[in-house]
Amino acid sequence: MDPSADLTSHAPAAHDPHHHDEHGHDHHELGWWRKYVFSTDHKVIGIQYLITGLIFLFLGFTLMMLMRWQLAYPGKALPVLGPMLNVLFGRGSMPEGIMAPDFYNSLGAMHGTIMIFLGVVPVAFAAFGNYVVPLQIGAPDMTFPKINMASYWAFFVGGIIMLISFFVPGGAAKSGWTAYTPLSVIADSGPGHHIIMNGQTLWLIGFVFLITSSLLGAVNFITTIIQLRAKGLTWMRLPFFVWAQFITAFLLLLAFPPLEAAAVMQLMDRLAATSFFMPTGLVVSGAALNISGGGSPILWQHLFWFLGHPEVYVLILPAMGIVAEILANNTRKPLWGYKSLVFAALVLGFLSFIVWAHHMWLTGMGTVVSAFFQTTTLIISIPSVIILSAFFISLWGGSIRFNTPMLFATAFLPMFGIGGLTGIPLAFNAADIYLHDTYYVIAHFHYIVAPGTIFALFAGVYFWFPKATGRMMSEFWGKVHFWPSLICMNVIFLPMFLQGMLSIHRRWYDGGQGWALSNEKVWGLSGFEWNVPISIAAWVMGLAQIPFIINFFWSIKYGKKVNDNPWEATTLEWAAPSPPPHGNFAVVPTAHRGPYEYSLPGRERDFTMQNEPIRDSDRRAYEAAAAAHD
Amino acid sequence: MEIPYTTTARPDTGLWNAKIGIWLFLASEVMLFGGLFSAYIFLRLDAAPGHWPRGLLNVPVGTMNTAILIASSVTVVLAWAALKMRQFSKYKFYMGITILCGIVFLVVKLAYEWPIKFHHFGAKITPAALEKYEPYLGNAHLREGGYEPRVEISGHLENPEALHDESIREYHIKLDAANAEPLNPDNDRPRFWPAPMSDKIAHVSKDDVQLASMYVPKHSTFFATYFTITGLHGLHVLGGVIVFIYLWLPVSARLYKRNPEQLANRVEVAGLFWHFVDLVWIFVFPLFYLL
Ligand code: HEM
Ligand SMILES: [Cu+2]
Repeated sequence: MDPSADLTSHAPAAHDPHHHDEHGHDHHELGWWRKYVFSTDHKVIGIQYLITGLIFLFLGFTLMMLMRWQLAYPGKALPVLGPMLNVLFGRGSMPEGIMAPDFYNSLGAMHGTIMIFLGVVPVAFAAFGNYVVPLQIGAPDMTFPKINMASYWAFFVGGIIMLISFFVPGGAAKSGWTAYTPLSVIADSGPGHHIIMNGQTLWLIGFVFLITSSLLGAVNFITTIIQLRAKGLTWMRLPFFVWAQFITAFLLLLAFPPLEAAAVMQLMDRLAATSFFMPTGLVVSGAALNISGGGSPILWQHLFWFLGHPEVYVLILPAMGIVAEILANNTRKPLWGYKSLVFAALVLGFLSFIVWAHHMWLTGMGTVVSAFFQTTTLIISIPSVIILSAFFISLWGGSIRFNTPMLFATAFLPMFGIGGLTGIPLAFNAADIYLHDTYYVIAHFHYIVAPGTIFALFAGVYFWFPKATGRMMSEFWGKVHFWPSLICMNVIFLPMFLQGMLSIHRRWYDGGQGWALSNEKVWGLSGFEWNVPISIAAWVMGLAQIPFIINFFWSIKYGKKVNDNPWEATTLEWAAPSPPPHGNFAVVPTAHRGPYEYSLPGRERDFTMQNEPIRDSDRRAYEAAAAAHD
Repeated sequence: MEIPYTTTARPDTGLWNAKIGIWLFLASEVMLFGGLFSAYIFLRLDAAPGHWPRGLLNVPVGTMNTAILIASSVTVVLAWAALKMRQFSKYKFYMGITILCGIVFLVVKLAYEWPIKFHHFGAKITPAALEKYEPYLGNAHLREGGYEPRVEISGHLENPEALHDESIREYHIKLDAANAEPLNPDNDRPRFWPAPMSDKIAHVSKDDVQLASMYVPKHSTFFATYFTITGLHGLHVLGGVIVFIYLWLPVSARLYKRNPEQLANRVEVAGLFWHFVDLVWIFVFPLFYLL
């Protein structure tokens, strides 16, 4: 067959009439429910994950916008909305519009839980992974499509359980996203609480579903990447995004089960009155508990952070993968140091399993243990620096196109940089004694996850939208989305470093008002007063997402129609029709080269797709490059 | 649309999909049980002297169950080998035995071992009252021998109402051998054959009891880990048995006619899972029954 026929950007007719027939035919067999709801097609599942995940992200953000009121104006009634929320959530959540302490705690715990486990992971790993990975490796679908569907529905049920928990007596879980014991075991128990239908128990049950979902997803991703790579797509020809997802899948596969074990044990503590995490001699409200004791609260922290730390790399690795694709595409040159990137990511994945106790410096683990984890934590910074540096160097000398995906991807770099660098003081246990559990920690990880990962997710949505729909999102509204978001993110999180250094505790209900040190003025405002600009920026940022939401739905119907490869990219997903039909490729692709052959000398176009056969001019270009390297 | 490599191996990896899938799944299972076993280690190392009971489980029964599971791991391989040699009736036979083994294991666990514990009672004595109950505990004797102290009086609760009725101030316990004859050196260490219960009845005042509990998860971190781990393991056994039954029912004959290799692959995957379940038990047995 004519090798250029599957270079679809210039041959839209190649797949068209015949193909769409087949496509339509397929759909006749599947009813509406099987096609859009209980679908086994990785693309539909990816989109389901994306939409559900984005909704949860927005919901989680809404919870935080509410908390920001209480932090900026502690004890003041929230006008209009407050009394309405009191009706919605009931049971004195916001009596007369004033936020009750328990409700504040629920909002905090559920913000973290929803953002991480129902928002970022589903979007970064499950949505993009599902949609893009099979396409990038030239596969017809995932290896286990039914398990894939089960994974989504387990996630969905887990999410619904979490939502229901807001409306049970006592409200949703309120012991932080980390659910530290024994606090979390005592919470939502005793008189007035149903044994199952209470916040913390539902939180744990919801978790078991979410963990099952990740497990099924992880098995599927890894098997798919090993087994269904197109002919010629060797490991070192995989797009970096595929590598990132591959490693992420391993983290989920191996780090989540111990948390599942921990969740089961906490459930036992709550339901069967065991003492896995309950120490001997615990006294609650003046009465000794009728339990055996002998348990260990620190055990929970170990099991939690054994997941928790790899989890933070689950949040960041897919984001790095997305950024890598977009950087290469928009600098029009190969990603700098592809091999180093891959090995750095592998090392990162491995090391992320042996740093967890850096979250536990203040538990009194002992100096030897602390010294070990301090060392590994500092070592893990090295691969992070390698990755970030390779990305920055990739920008060097490129003729950069600043479209919306690229703006978000570029912004990722300094934001991730700030987040990563501010982690180093936390890694030293002497410094962390002061910073632990203050807003400094909040600022540290939000710089990585919010303007870092979430920006990368936006970049990914703008970038792959034309593949999924055949239409572009509006560039103008994309920029209207980007700039306010960037500014607000920094107004929100930069002052938090400051607040943290004034030792304002991350879980205080009054925003630090009652704390002497927070009355110290820094740049004209006291530590406590800094809450006001932060909160305003948070609310403005909520508004700044409206252009995105409108742009997203409007463009599905009315966006500019484009060909199959509008960004003139090189990886295999762009060789499939847009949107790809069930089974993906009109012609099963074969890979002949690496993933980022932009501006290959001797080529008439500045991008050479992975499925274009090697020509003599390519060979000469490779030889010249190798010679220059020697 | 066909997914490639569902039954035939991909040439460069040498594997078909489900084989990779099951190994990955088992890796995660290792981490799941790893989490639970590390909890066991953590809690046991942390336990105060005398608060990690020993010798409460029935070793001969546990040994028998261990043998049953190991045997079933052998028969499942024989079943798979029979399929590979295309001897279907032999396959049915060995698979049938495997299923039977799994069911016997579960019945022993759920109908005998667990319930017998649920009906056993223990009262942990407060530190202040240990001296008072010395005739049942024999701690001076144990100290001499370098053993951990006894802090519990256990046996059959003769007045179960006492558990709920605040006005009853005593537990009447028909004693276990160890509390009946605390000085008997046979009772210093756990025994292989469980000693029969004595006829002696002890009266233990509620004021002297720290925690009174049947042998349920709440009783101690020992029983908490025991029931959690064996419960989860039991669920795995049940899952395996259900899959095996499915692979044994008439649908398997139909699949065998159509694509015997696929049936063999399925049995192989299920068998790998079964070996893992067996392996977990190989850890459970010594950790809980023997050590
Ligand atoms: C690059 C090097 C990094 C270092 C040295 C580092 C170090 C640390 C340390 C020591 C803590 C504990 C602080 C405390 O609780 O007192 C921490 C917290 C945290 N880090 Fe990092 N970190 C790094 C990168 C990341 C990345 C890439 C992420 C992920 C997206 C991340 C997410 C988090 C989160 C979520 C927490 C707080 C968890 C909580 O207590 O709620 N960090 N970091
Ligand atoms: Cu960490």
